[in-house]
Amino acid sequence: MTDIAIVGAAQTPYQRCRDDANFAEMIYEVTCGALADAGLGISDIDNFITVSNDFWDGRTISSMAVQDACGSSFEGGRNVSTVEGDGTFGLLYGMMRILSGAYQTTLVVVHCKGSEGNMRQITNGMFDYIYTRPLGIEAIGAAALQARRYMDSYNITEEDFAHVSVKNRGNALRNPHAQLAAEMTVEEVMASKPIASPLKLHDLSPISDGAAAVILAHRNVADKLGRKPVWVKGIAHCSEAHFLGDRDLAEAPALRDASRRAYQMAGIKKPFAEIDVVELYDAFSYMEPLWLEELGFCPRGKGGELARLGATAFDGPVPVNPSGGVLSAHAVLVAGLARVIEAALQVRGEAGERQVEGPVEFALAHGINGPCGQSHCVVILGE
Amino acid sequence: MDKDELIHLHVDVDLPYRWAAGRYGSIMLKALRDEKKILGNCCPQCNKVYVPPRVVCGPCFVAPDEVVELSDTGTLAGYSVVNYPFIDPETGQKRPVPYTYAYIQLDGCDSYLSHLIDETDPARLSPGMRVKAVFRSDADRVGRLQDILHFKIIE
Repeated sequence: MTDIAIVGAAQTPYQRCRDDANFAEMIYEVTCGALADAGLGISDIDNFITVSNDFWDGRTISSMAVQDACGSSFEGGRNVSTVEGDGTFGLLYGMMRILSGAYQTTLVVVHCKGSEGNMRQITNGMFDYIYTRPLGIEAIGAAALQARRYMDSYNITEEDFAHVSVKNRGNALRNPHAQLAAEMTVEEVMASKPIASPLKLHDLSPISDGAAAVILAHRNVADKLGRKPVWVKGIAHCSEAHFLGDRDLAEAPALRDASRRAYQMAGIKKPFAEIDVVELYDAFSYMEPLWLEELGFCPRGKGGELARLGATAFDGPVPVNPSGGVLSAHAVLVAGLARVIEAALQVRGEAGERQVEGPVEFALAHGINGPCGQSHCVVILGE
Repeated sequence: MDKDELIHLHVDVDLPYRWAAGRYGSIMLKALRDEKKILGNCCPQCNKVYVPPRVVCGPCFVAPDEVVELSDTGTLAGYSVVNYPFIDPETGQKRPVPYTYAYIQLDGCDSYLSHLIDETDPARLSPGMRVKAVFRSDADRVGRLQDILHFKIIE
């Protein structure tokens, strides 16, 4: 349990190309949305965190180009700091700044447009420039290596992954923010265009544009706001080695570590029994079962069974990605904070058509950054 | 606004760099260029052998100061046959598809080396296959990882 609550949130709809809005316009949209959701004005916010990536924005210090839009320039300027990584890392940093004692509230904003740059060149740019980048490897190729390694280590099949795509794209039909939503069959996923073996078109998340914002508040003020606070019950972050070759891609020890520390903070001992809904960063279909294994929802190598047997279905015992997940909209960096927002809506009981059945005591949100989930952040939310 | 009233600006950004390979990188790339040898280094504490060789063993935070010669053969630990076009960062040209990324454990090494493999039929690839480095000719090796042209399957 922490002393920090989420008291407001907003996200844009996710689209392949938001050419009607630039970064500042998207950030202004979600900032106003989050303030309205919280019932606060910009003068109530005393700290700001902006999250972005310089390669995607095509400029140095991209995070400092949205200050007017997020309100940190209000009245001559408030404290603003920045994170280059997933939106969940920005959430963690925002919490830390409140816990320093210097601030009562924090607005965390994140933006990304996959449509404006060259996705393959930009994700190629995250690799070591001497030993890995010249091979041409980028996000999809690296993910394909991980999927292959995971399959071969535990006899998991491409069909197991296809069940995840079917579930999440189907769930997205209930989410007005989602970009890709469809009733599909496992056969359709299996027959989709080969991209990088074993991954096919429908195993991949789309290229998306979008932005999101979350307002955090300390216990001292959170209880006094009109909006019912959603408490951060536990949170932890962990990162693996930089070189892909230093990792066994069939495992995600950083996620194991982060989740165990977040569970301990929240007092969770049996995640499958105690957590009511999960929103995780499924940039590729295979990631959902792999992440669920490392989150302790099933034994190692059994992740493939979860979606196949319906355990993670919208009406299953632990709905995973009832929003449609990242497979249905993938504004990079934004997607992790979107998971937090979706989890918070579930705790509030305000997720609309995608609200899962029964009370949500604990909701888990998860963000990643880097190739094949190099860094993970696990957030446990509750009433 | 109407779609046709929205303005977009197309700009190609050229950002040249001159990256230092560093001490261990220079030792490794020089051996690749001059002797067709693949070098790694070994952590004195956990005995883990790394390729590429580097300044510190992350888990032990100790300098792996013993440079070791690795075999040019190894085992295929992962692979992907890639079917989408890509601008080759080396040439600036579109790379012909398909091509295959490989995740290779060289004999005598604990970490995996990422490289290319000259087999593009997924049906003819499986984990555990033995592979061997194919080097560029003496005249074409310039001291970079691509002095290894690719790996080939040897069984």
